[in-house]
Amino acid sequence: MWCSGCGIGVMLGAMLRAFEELGYRNADTVVVTGIGCTGKADDYLVTHALHTTHGRALAYATGIKAFNPKLHVVVLMGDGDSVTIGGNHFIHAARRNIDLTAIIINNFNYGMTGGQVSATTPGGSYTSTTSWGNPERDFDICALAEVAGANYVARETPYHGWEMKELIKEALNKKGFSLVEVFSPCPTHFGKNNEMRQTREMLDWLKEKGLPVEQYRKLSVAEQGNHFAIGKLVDRDAPDFNTRYEEIRVRATAPEGIGGRCEAK
Amino acid sequence: MGREVRLVQGNQAMTEGAIYAGARFYAGYPITPSSEIAEECSKVMLKVGGVYMQMEDEIASIAAVIGASLAGAKAFTATSGPGFSLMQENLGLAVMGEVPCVVINVQRRGPSTGLSTKPAQGDIMQLRWGRHGDQSVIALCPATVSECFAMTVTAFNLAEKFRLPVIVAPDEIVAHMREAFSLPEPGEVEVIDRKKPSGSPKDYKPFVADADGVAPLAAYGSEYVFHVSSSMHGPDGYSNNDPANAAWRVAQLHRKIEMHRDEIVITRSFAAEDADVLLIAFGATTRASRAAALELRKRGIKAGVLQLITLWPFADREVATLADKVKTVIVPEMNYSGQVAGEVQRVLGSGADIRRVNSYNGEVITPQEILRAIV
Repeated sequence: MWCSGCGIGVMLGAMLRAFEELGYRNADTVVVTGIGCTGKADDYLVTHALHTTHGRALAYATGIKAFNPKLHVVVLMGDGDSVTIGGNHFIHAARRNIDLTAIIINNFNYGMTGGQVSATTPGGSYTSTTSWGNPERDFDICALAEVAGANYVARETPYHGWEMKELIKEALNKKGFSLVEVFSPCPTHFGKNNEMRQTREMLDWLKEKGLPVEQYRKLSVAEQGNHFAIGKLVDRDAPDFNTRYEEIRVRATAPEGIGGRCEAK
Repeated sequence: MGREVRLVQGNQAMTEGAIYAGARFYAGYPITPSSEIAEECSKVMLKVGGVYMQMEDEIASIAAVIGASLAGAKAFTATSGPGFSLMQENLGLAVMGEVPCVVINVQRRGPSTGLSTKPAQGDIMQLRWGRHGDQSVIALCPATVSECFAMTVTAFNLAEKFRLPVIVAPDEIVAHMREAFSLPEPGEVEVIDRKKPSGSPKDYKPFVADADGVAPLAAYGSEYVFHVSSSMHGPDGYSNNDPANAAWRVAQLHRKIEMHRDEIVITRSFAAEDADVLLIAFGATTRASRAAALELRKRGIKAGVLQLITLWPFADREVATLADKVKTVIVPEMNYSGQVAGEVQRVLGSGADIRRVNSYNGEVITPQEILRAIV
């Protein structure tokens, strides 16, 4: 189980309610996890599951979905898994627009190994490996997913559990690559190191910083720097990987001379 | 009517072997000297109803292969030196999670990027020990284009039967040579599929082995809902840190190979029965060794060849049986460190007359170089 105040349990509850409301069956659903706090989630699930190596969950999930497009494939990762060690797989899964739903718990540090810095730790923040503050900049995971080609991108915090469930449902229903990022408290490590030792303090921090996307977009660039957007950020309908693959297959299996370049040789 | 005979490259024959064995998923990343396999798969997979994917790197390639295998596919990838190094961690998951898959590693001269177009046999120990932890895999090494086909089919059969990764590791010479080859008819060569579970889905445990040491494997999407994990897990696939469970799991992963050792270890011998000099060879050096043995026979020296097709598990018994009858053993191999010679030494003991012939300049070993070790 997870530490007191952690947001992973809220996310898992929202995901399971979304499964139930959408009528997902255990036999039709595969949950793929990586390594870290979020990577423990499969032990609490009764769907098909694959607990993978650190950072590679999306690559495993890609093989599952590409071979059997009928499956609902959901990938649970932390910020370390998804955009630090696994950043390459993340941008390529979004580029392929493969019909996976990625749910990322971003708690701004490596919780499982003792609160070290990650690629989403805000600049200047303290972690167990940035004792004088983080000299590096942090990734905006949602922006990364948008420019890489994801069809659906949303962000939520555990303060808004019902809204999170609704966003996860939309993400699951969306064909193509979908991302729901969950900004999560980590009072045990990130909070302790950054004067938010109590869960309440971390939740308040997320609540005050997070603004509905419509409100966020009205702010000046300078004001935006003090906040983050929550809600649905991207919603589009580019064809997904498997759809495009089957379109190409039609060429490969067409009678001699009609198909692609390799047939014409 | 005669069967069609074509001039076929080793890489092409391995691709045809994979398709013949029922492979319907390939994920890979281009790398010399294995890229012909990716190119051929990119054409064939679409036609046979399979899926070809070029992934972002070799780490993702083997991950996608493992994912597809758990979704029910016979799946494989092909790579060489640097790419094979990148695959090791995820190959460990295939061992731990008992996921059938095939990896072709066309051996090229290193270290590091090395001589990317030149042959070597320098990955022998990496095939066996490349992954961290305490694990076993099967590795095969063909020496001809026909063996490229046959050993790829065998690799899939062993992977499916024993639920583990099987590596096919020709050197660049064998992968790029062209020889006469005729494709067997469907059904002519045995093709084995993994055992599927039967009985009530709620009782299915993906890591409870039958008497043969291997558990049936369901597919994602079937009613047999199951968990696979890279972390230590119990019979049901869920996390389990109990020491007794860990000991059972680790031993089981090794024992299923030990139990079926005689079926897995494949060797061939040429004129070895009455030999005084035994050449122990694999891959391209088998060809030079056969030529050298013929030349030695012409000169009145009774020489024979033991070809190791299965490199791992090592052919201890076959080596010991033949080597006991001979005066001298010669091990030609395209590496500096004598990786197979060291294994032969381990089997025969320090008193045996074992002569090493090594090349590590990216060139093939010639019969003449082997002759120099004895005359």
